[in-house]
Amino acid sequence: MNANVEVLRVENIVKRFVTARETVTAVHHVSFTVAQGEVLAIIGPSGCGKSTLFNVIGGLVKGDEGSVAVEGRTMSGPDPAIGMVFQEESTFPWRTVADNVAFPLELAGLAKKERIERVHHYLQLVGLKGFERHHPAQLSGGMRQRVAIARTLAFAPKVLLMDEPFAALDEQTRLLLGDKVLQIQQELAQTTLLITHSIAEAVQLSDRVLVMTYRPGRVKSIVDIKLPRPRTAEIIGSKEFGQYVAEIWNDLRDEASLGMKDAEAHLPKAD
Amino acid sequence: MTTRPLAEAKWLPATLGLGGIAVALLLAELAIRMEWLSRFIVPLPSDVLMSFERIILEEDVLSRFLATAGEALAAALLVSFVGVALGALLHGNRLLRRACESWVAGLAAAPLVLLYPLFLVIFGRNALTIVMIGFVSGLPPAILKTVEGLSGTRKVLLDVGRSFSLSPSQLFWKIRFPSALPVIFVGVRLGLMFSLINIVGVEFLINFGGLGQLVNELAERYDLAAMYAAICFVILVSICFFIASEKLERWLVS
Repeated sequence: MNANVEVLRVENIVKRFVTARETVTAVHHVSFTVAQGEVLAIIGPSGCGKSTLFNVIGGLVKGDEGSVAVEGRTMSGPDPAIGMVFQEESTFPWRTVADNVAFPLELAGLAKKERIERVHHYLQLVGLKGFERHHPAQLSGGMRQRVAIARTLAFAPKVLLMDEPFAALDEQTRLLLGDKVLQIQQELAQTTLLITHSIAEAVQLSDRVLVMTYRPGRVKSIVDIKLPRPRTAEIIGSKEFGQYVAEIWNDLRDEASLGMKDAEAHLPKAD
Repeated sequence: MTTRPLAEAKWLPATLGLGGIAVALLLAELAIRMEWLSRFIVPLPSDVLMSFERIILEEDVLSRFLATAGEALAAALLVSFVGVALGALLHGNRLLRRACESWVAGLAAAPLVLLYPLFLVIFGRNALTIVMIGFVSGLPPAILKTVEGLSGTRKVLLDVGRSFSLSPSQLFWKIRFPSALPVIFVGVRLGLMFSLINIVGVEFLINFGGLGQLVNELAERYDLAAMYAAICFVILVSICFFIASEKLERWLVS
């Protein structure tokens, strides 16, 4: 990680949703930066605007205020500089594993030989060598998510943006996939922004954890994770890991309670 | 060494299917010979089998088969291209879709074959009338299923495309269309069935063309065994188109 070189700058992002009855501010003046090779995790209670922020940074949704810049260049929509990995299963079922990973390379007009080389490289990186000709339906959920990660990485984005990429997976697969992401991130020195609702995942994978408030989503605190690298899932058993989890939960608890109370208040009441 | 269970044997489904048909035919043969069924309504399956040679040699069934298959192919191509294009148009234009979708669904249930006099007036007593009725009757399911398939594309797949900065046209051809293909093919196959039924029906009604005309002539001669044998050739046309559409779908999807 090179803390002196800023890759992603998110500045004063505001996003409001206007309905017939009210205007809801989902994200309120959120600012942060991510340095080269750094992993920043964003954590917050359900409904704090994490996914909205993900979509605004990725350019899929236009923010009402603020800006997103990668290496000093302001983004005006989806851009190859930001690669997105989604929470839901997002591989193309009609394409083989190799063709899925080759998808952005085809769009970029890469020659077939170079395309094949890059596909093999990234499939090896995510541990899916030998599955090139399989279709996603023949793979497990964790393998499909690795295909999605390889597809995004193949485009060589400056920033890897991941929205709860392990949310649909079981606990053991999440831990193993977390290890794989750590290994890939360390190998590529990939600048990464990880959106998650799992405190353990945030501490395991990141260099800093940004805690968001409940609606409207604001930056509540940023916690530096000074656990040694390279890391594996084994770090979860360490005393320091537990201390970081406790510290973040301390920041998050009140926000999560607010979210829960709000959700309960909106439930229909029995007569 | 492990042995595969019998239920997983590749030959079993086909054998069971053919065996089932053979048993049903044997039961029908028995019921007719025992006079539980009138042979003046249902011919003996063995008579139907014997009449195959006769309709091949005397009734020129192969050229009639090709005539019906050719009309069905022309109608199928029209249904596929026009139906999918109209479906895409309705999907792309919300107002048009809301204005037309119920009418198209209503058209799918309408007995369009009864409009054959109108088609005769417009196109004359020729193969074009038959193809056009087949085309119009096969169109609604192809349109409706195309709309359904295109609308059913998962949002996350479109988001992936947008994250790679795809243009609207690239989004359609590289994500929405291939994602919708399995549903579109259901519509095209349904359309093919509707087309074939109507093609044979109109051939029968206007006594022109292929297998429908042959069925009509044999019915008028009260040659029931040969008529059923001719119907078997209609089923063969349907099977050929079904297999071809499945192969085409596999090729397109891969």
